[in-house]
Amino acid sequence: MTAQLLTFYLFSGVILISSLMVISTKNPVHSVLFLILSFLNAAGLFVILHAEFLAMILIIVYVGAVAVLFLFVVMMLDFKTSINKDNILQYIPIGILIGVVFIAELIIVLINTKFDLSNIQVLPNPLSDFTGKSNTEAIGSVLYTDYILYFQLSGVILLVAMIGSIVLTLREREGVKRQVVSEQLQRQGKINLVDVKSGKGVDI
Amino acid sequence: MISLAQTYIIEVMTIILYCLLIFVPLLLGVVMALYADRKIWAAVQKRRGPNVVGPYGLFQVPADGLKFIFKEIILPDGSDKTVFLIAPIITLALSITAWAVVPVQAGVVLANINVGILYIFAISSLGVYGILMAGWSSNSKYPFFGALRSAAQMVSYEVSIGFVIITVLLCVGSLNLTEIVMAQKTMWFFIPLFPMFIVFFISALAETNRPPFDLPEAESELVAGYQTEYSGMPFVLFLFGEYINILLMCAMTTILFLGGWLPPIDIYPLNAVPGFVWFLLKVIFVFYLFAMVKAFVPRYRYDQLMRLGWKVFLPLSLFAVVATSSILFFFNLAPGM
Repeated sequence: MTAQLLTFYLFSGVILISSLMVISTKNPVHSVLFLILSFLNAAGLFVILHAEFLAMILIIVYVGAVAVLFLFVVMMLDFKTSINKDNILQYIPIGILIGVVFIAELIIVLINTKFDLSNIQVLPNPLSDFTGKSNTEAIGSVLYTDYILYFQLSGVILLVAMIGSIVLTLREREGVKRQVVSEQLQRQGKINLVDVKSGKGVDI
Repeated sequence: MISLAQTYIIEVMTIILYCLLIFVPLLLGVVMALYADRKIWAAVQKRRGPNVVGPYGLFQVPADGLKFIFKEIILPDGSDKTVFLIAPIITLALSITAWAVVPVQAGVVLANINVGILYIFAISSLGVYGILMAGWSSNSKYPFFGALRSAAQMVSYEVSIGFVIITVLLCVGSLNLTEIVMAQKTMWFFIPLFPMFIVFFISALAETNRPPFDLPEAESELVAGYQTEYSGMPFVLFLFGEYINILLMCAMTTILFLGGWLPPIDIYPLNAVPGFVWFLLKVIFVFYLFAMVKAFVPRYRYDQLMRLGWKVFLPLSLFAVVATSSILFFFNLAPGM
């Protein structure tokens, strides 16, 4: 139990410190890297809770895909000119407002919820039917039966978002030559000898 | 506190010992892989390859390593020095970490975790950070282009690798690597899933930035890609990380499709051979294929690479997932049904 406790404090300590660094470092790339560090440690916390499937999915989806795209976008920014210290003060009131709302919500939730700490062993297997099964199996058999509608709906929402962003950025451009591999392969006589007139080119 | 130390110090020491048991053979394997890679490449081109240092040039790679260790580590003036030095360490550490769950024989594995295959998938999807950090922190245009290309390439091919892994998992019914091997007792998976085997092999080439997909370090365009500014020890760390990743992909091909440590036929003289010998032979065979591809396939163009990943492999592997699950379902072959 002590080793578990030590690892818990290690992971959560790193999460807290790196989350602080996310908002306090001046370099946006460093903040994304600290964000990734806190994601990884959150995955570590999941492992302590015996939720190894969630931990791996957190790493694969958030760290392996989403955060890479974050890093991509941030790396493209010319951040040396975009940092302006005068602007920081003007956002403080809004920041404080959001913080106060969050703390108020947390307090309301905490007052109305009773945590039963004596029963903490239930946490890894909150659904009693699945004792003995690995949590991958347990999640699968709940997700694809009882919650199939919500699961499919969230998939459709993601699909709509994807198609929307593709449609928004799609534009037909005049005079762009594209390579069509199937046409190239079907050409009669794969090698042609052509006398090329200068300035005119060939018509293939 | 003293009791804590007494309880855990032996455990920690054993874990360190096990880690060394993985790390030392892995380093030896990388040295041999580097040597074999150069020898095979040379043989295809009718050259001799390394043949001066030691018998048959066997000490060429250690000699190269020594040379790199004694070289000066140059930190570019405008670089982000912390990130610049962390990047190769991350690459090497991640590539070694993934080996913790690879079973070389029945029961011979450091961590036999339930979600082994997901763990390897997660760790290899983190590998892109080492390259991105290296390319960005170098503050130079060639490394940056190399890193962007590499990240796009690795993220694209991870998608098809993921779907190929799903087809294998459908036939196994478990995410545990040992159980994946044991499920191939009757038939190795490369026979029923042959197209997926090919897709996985090619995607593995792209995932590890091997030729013909080595655009991140295409020397004719990008000098040396993301490693351009690196010298001395950090460069060696990148090189080792890359080759450990290649060996990991060879081991993954072996475990997923070639029956891991199982002998080809379960009869007397073959099944008396210890399992790790079979495992090693299969890994060497897959690495030989990797080296041959490097020797005689020309480099892809970048748009062809992206086309292959998104327009050919993704639909193909997606179709294979649907087809495999339909066949397993309608013929009542699915495990656990």
